[in-house]
Amino acid sequence: MAASIRTLALRTFCDSTRNIQHVSRSRVKHSCCPAWVTVCRGYSDGTEGKSTHFGFETVPEEEKAERVYKVFESVAGKYDVMNDAMSLGIHRLWKDSLLHVMNPQPGLRLLDTAGGTGDISFRFLEYTRSMHERQQRQKARSSQTPSWRDLADHYATNQTGLPPSRAVVCDINKEMLKVGKQRAEKAGISTGLSWVVGDAEELPFDDDQFDIYTIAFGIRNVTHIEQVLQEAVRVLKPGGRFLCLEFSKVSNPVLARLYDAYSFQMIPVLGEVIAGDWKSYQYLVESIRKFPDQETFKEMIEDAGFFCVQYFNLTGGIVSIHSGFKL
Amino acid sequence: MMLRAFSFIKTPRGFYRRSYGVITGHQHTSLNQDGSLYPSHIPTNSVQKALLAVGSGVAALLNPYRHDMVAVLGEATGHMALIRLRDRMRNDPEGYTILTERPRIRLSTLDLTRMCALPEGTLGREYLRFLEKNKVTPDTRADVKFVDDQELAYVMQRYREVHDLLHTLLGMPTNMLGEVAVKWFEAAQTGLPMCVLGATLGPLRLSVSRLQMLVQSLGPWALRNGRHGRCVLSIFYEHRWEQNLDDLRKELNIESPPLHLFPSKNTSSNSFIKQ
Repeated sequence: MAASIRTLALRTFCDSTRNIQHVSRSRVKHSCCPAWVTVCRGYSDGTEGKSTHFGFETVPEEEKAERVYKVFESVAGKYDVMNDAMSLGIHRLWKDSLLHVMNPQPGLRLLDTAGGTGDISFRFLEYTRSMHERQQRQKARSSQTPSWRDLADHYATNQTGLPPSRAVVCDINKEMLKVGKQRAEKAGISTGLSWVVGDAEELPFDDDQFDIYTIAFGIRNVTHIEQVLQEAVRVLKPGGRFLCLEFSKVSNPVLARLYDAYSFQMIPVLGEVIAGDWKSYQYLVESIRKFPDQETFKEMIEDAGFFCVQYFNLTGGIVSIHSGFKL
Repeated sequence: MMLRAFSFIKTPRGFYRRSYGVITGHQHTSLNQDGSLYPSHIPTNSVQKALLAVGSGVAALLNPYRHDMVAVLGEATGHMALIRLRDRMRNDPEGYTILTERPRIRLSTLDLTRMCALPEGTLGREYLRFLEKNKVTPDTRADVKFVDDQELAYVMQRYREVHDLLHTLLGMPTNMLGEVAVKWFEAAQTGLPMCVLGATLGPLRLSVSRLQMLVQSLGPWALRNGRHGRCVLSIFYEHRWEQNLDDLRKELNIESPPLHLFPSKNTSSNSFIKQ
């Protein structure tokens, strides 16, 4: 309800200021108290002429989302194979590090935005389940000779089964979700996981819903990073944590040279040979270069309203985990 | 200097210039923003070409149904052979016309009803019969991506599109033996490394009896005709649909196939080996 009142106020404010000829539906709905004024001012300054980057290409904003959609639609089938080939399997370690930083307790709700094929969600469920089992084992070990009352309590808690750790995988691209669902079926994960089609700039969830919000290797593909951060603030509970795993800037110049050479020479070739798609992987390496560096992104997260924002560099800065709390 | 493809545009079915995506009659080399010379061009440096050659070779060997990998291998390794082919075409008057007009063989440019009505034994009729029987179309050829010269890219594209016509000319079906025989012919004629590689590795997948057929009669015939025959890329097939197949073969210095591999009626059918 709060969202709709804000929407109404935003609409009346925008209508009264300037002529907005072309404002797409998604933008009008967006709101979050600190930023709505700046957001609206941005729209009224020549909305038709706004352009953004698509890799090293400049495209109109409206076109970027569609082109990114097409890229991921075409790579969805070979996405996991390509990840392994391009990063030589290291992406698994990066995602494991994200889970270690997250250190989720059993019973939390996770929103995995741009979750695609579900890597983070699967790891989250596995982590919480094994942690729950470990807690159960510790509990069992600590109780020596249980009295009948303790036994009765023990049976009672056992009957409730696993605590409800739930993960929601949200992605704008149906093909990626389809691949993710197939993987879940193959791995035999049936409970605690849901698949939702949604735009990270306009999430189909109410406010204050989730304990943890993650976006892994997705935020560099969105058209408006600020809006994604606003939405993250909105859907997180107070005390909730925002985590972002993304490619970032390498500070070491030698490593940077090697990384650039590898990115621009090898990766599109791998894309052509394995997936038959050079252009999508050219876009991928270019979009990494266009993403802001660690400090700039940290400031953007702080501007959105998160506190205690910090980042951890992995593999020399090739990848970085940003973390913030909603208070 | 810009030359337009006049005569080809006037075909009865019309000519879609933009939709082919690769190379049409325009000759001027206009560089796009990313350095591409034609719509499907992806500029690559020599390191990337080397990696592509190795990668696509491995991929094609592991999965022979990946025709796109065979195509990429041809493009990444074929620079010298394409230059030789282009020069050969330039020295031939008909080939020179093809290089300037740059026709494309596509279903949309073929007048199928007229070709169906042609008498038996003509190039057009036999080509259509070949397409129907083997259930292939000329539209499935991949666009050229990694050749860094507009004219050479067209030569490569022409080579791909002429492949089916070559099957008709040589009377070879699209089974493994027929494909290998055509590859031997192409290797002898064009010298493309991809053809040579296919010609050497193809026979490994044949059964013993077929291998015997290849080594004893089909193979030497294919090599001989490839060497002595006129360059098949220099023939303006689009103007020759009415020509009798045997006459065309005589003109190109190609002998009729020594073995009858087509199961059904064929004007040049032989059920015994010709010496």
